[in-house]
Amino acid sequence: MMNATQSPTTTTQVYRVYIKATPEAIWDAITKPEWTERYGYAARVDYDLRPGGAYRAYPGAEMAKYEGVPEVVVDGEVIEADPPRRLVQTWRMLMDPELQAEGFTRLTHEIEPGQGGVTKLTVIHDLENAPRLAALLAGDNEAEGAGGGWAWVLSGLKTVLETGSELDR
Amino acid sequence: MVTYSEDMTDDDRVFKALADPTRRFLLDRLFERDGRTLGELESELEMTRFGVMKHLRVLEDAGLVVARKSGREKLHYLNPVPIRLIHDRWIDKYAERRVSALADLKSELEQSS
Repeated sequence: MMNATQSPTTTTQVYRVYIKATPEAIWDAITKPEWTERYGYAARVDYDLRPGGAYRAYPGAEMAKYEGVPEVVVDGEVIEADPPRRLVQTWRMLMDPELQAEGFTRLTHEIEPGQGGVTKLTVIHDLENAPRLAALLAGDNEAEGAGGGWAWVLSGLKTVLETGSELDR
Repeated sequence: MVTYSEDMTDDDRVFKALADPTRRFLLDRLFERDGRTLGELESELEMTRFGVMKHLRVLEDAGLVVARKSGREKLHYLNPVPIRLIHDRWIDKYAERRVSALADLKSELEQSS
């Protein structure tokens, strides 16, 4: 049971990766479908990059082969878009009814240039009241074929930006 | 005092950080419940605050812990990405090439139908 002094931020997941690429390249790799279909869940994203703008992720070619995959796999709304530094949005998984029922979560990407052409990318995902999604994104369902969550997504993102080729999936 | 030689790689920092039972204990605590303050972590160890801070610094330098401010507090989060990077590269290099997890799922579903 949660006690009163325990802060609700314990449902937040934080991931960080250092990538040898420009902030602009990383921004594109997060917000453009030709990049997002090359790593992680390989969805094709569609961002209207302004406050209140719609966010949708469509299944990539691989995912679309399966029956029952919805037309839109993730939806949400852009809260803040400050290219190439900061992207804040809501994010709801639509892959199954239980995940959909957990509702919208809050996702932040922070991009900070560092030394030697290395850029720091931090993903902060507030997953309050979304325990099943939190487990999925922590990689708990990887053995069932549900992907390795954020750590796996960011590993793939780094690989595709640094080497130009995709991680084995 | 932990010192790093200049040519120490990211992977070296990860392995060095993991090669200590106190630091693994701290990571286990964060795995149980993420986003803890120094005070919370300190209360689980028979160690001075300074000692815990030193270990957290090594974990942060290795990228295994990310500290973020939340109001007046500094919260520590477990970051599994550096371990994932080592894992993914290791599998790429030495193991059988992984077939896609989705492809496995697909053949399983097709067989059962």
